[in-house]
Amino acid sequence: MIEITDLYKEFDGTPVLKGVNATFEKGKTSLVIGQSGSGKTVLLKCMLGLITPEKGDICYDGRHYHSMTIDEKRDLRKEIGMVFQGGALFDSSTVEENVMFPLKMFTNMPYDDMLERVNFVLNRVHLENVNDKYPAELSGGMQKRVAIARAIVMKPKYLFCDEPNSGLDPKTAIVIDNLIQEITDEYDMITIINSHDMNSVMEIGEKIIFLKDGVKEWEGTSDDVFKTDNKAITDFVYSSNLFKKVREAQLKEKGA
Amino acid sequence: MLQQVFKRPQKPAVFKDFIFKEIEDLGISSIGIVAFISFFVGGVVVIQTALNLENPLTPKYLIGFASRESLILEFSPTLISIILAGKVGSYIASSIGTMRVTEQIDALEVMGINSLNHLVLPKIIANVFFYPFVIIISITLGIIGGWVAGNLTGLVSSTDYLNGIRSEFVPFHITYSLIKTSIFAFVIATVPAYHGFYVKGGAIEVGKASTRAVVWTSIVIIVLNYFLTQMLLGK
Repeated sequence: MIEITDLYKEFDGTPVLKGVNATFEKGKTSLVIGQSGSGKTVLLKCMLGLITPEKGDICYDGRHYHSMTIDEKRDLRKEIGMVFQGGALFDSSTVEENVMFPLKMFTNMPYDDMLERVNFVLNRVHLENVNDKYPAELSGGMQKRVAIARAIVMKPKYLFCDEPNSGLDPKTAIVIDNLIQEITDEYDMITIINSHDMNSVMEIGEKIIFLKDGVKEWEGTSDDVFKTDNKAITDFVYSSNLFKKVREAQLKEKGA
Repeated sequence: MLQQVFKRPQKPAVFKDFIFKEIEDLGISSIGIVAFISFFVGGVVVIQTALNLENPLTPKYLIGFASRESLILEFSPTLISIILAGKVGSYIASSIGTMRVTEQIDALEVMGINSLNHLVLPKIIANVFFYPFVIIISITLGIIGGWVAGNLTGLVSSTDYLNGIRSEFVPFHITYSLIKTSIFAFVIATVPAYHGFYVKGGAIEVGKASTRAVVWTSIVIIVLNYFLTQMLLGK
């Protein structure tokens, strides 16, 4: 379990996270949603240790992140897989080299075993015959899948995804969502996804945390999202025309 | 920054591969331009020295002597280092800067890798240990270029030139030249790496960081050159 207690972060005197509390359970896909600028990415980066919060605590299965030494933090990070918004693939390395990189750095596996593992995870994310391609030669969806393959190659305990669907068409986005969901179940990981995509909420959101202006405004399941009367979240959820129409239909049905 | 850079590499076998890759990218790929510049500048040094020695009583072998000393003491270690600060320094700053703005450095950190050690230490080792060889090549080709120019222009005969090259040779000047080179090589790896690593923003900021890196590396080399000369050759 990952527990966040009273997390506070500010930039140049402007608070971005204002005392966020949350827990993320094992084997569950949790979504942190909210508008741009609500503090989602800062929250994720604080959890990963890329940004140091002013206040608060992050606890990974009983291990308090901010009281760890640099080496202990590095050891913890070996248990973390991360899918960045832009993929963050090493652009001068091939797909195979990208995915093999964590294995090379942290295991003593022979090359053939590493290659077998790389091919296994690439197949797992439905990629074939791309080993020798460079990231720039792949489509956005394929790059995201390579990033997922690299994130899971070390069988992590925790998987973080920052806007995994950004820049993807709706069909590919669903493929990526389902892939993350399947992998979470398969590896029994704690998966935390930053998103503002309501399709993702409906597809894979087992637990939803809604951030607004750096505050946790609401928490619940994907079913609860559509039932809640919380104005902030209903404004967010029904901001698209499609969902607005669904909401109108729902209200009409209620009224009838 | 340097404290993290000089930590023990996480995987020595992988680290060794990175050093060889950096030697190829930063060192071997620079030999061509260094050879070209050294050969022609060697020729120019000989022509200018010959043209400035107007007194017929001045022995011609001094042309070879003066050219050798200029090449060993200043041209090869300092001027070539400034040229490498432009070529290699901009490469280091822009490649690390691009990795920063595309979150590749964050990806390394999230994996539990000491990104400063992983990205910068192989560059420092490759530069510090390989650039002295580049400078020896530069000195050699500069002297050959001077000999060719002297012969082609008829300003100095082969015998006089080679006598000058051999006369009053001080082996410590080579040591001085290589000490300077190693220190400049360290600067060429670290100053641009610093500018690239801490860049914020996007493509334009990477470009600005690259320019800043070249300017500061050149300034540091010029200032260090003054102090090193005073320390190593001053009495």
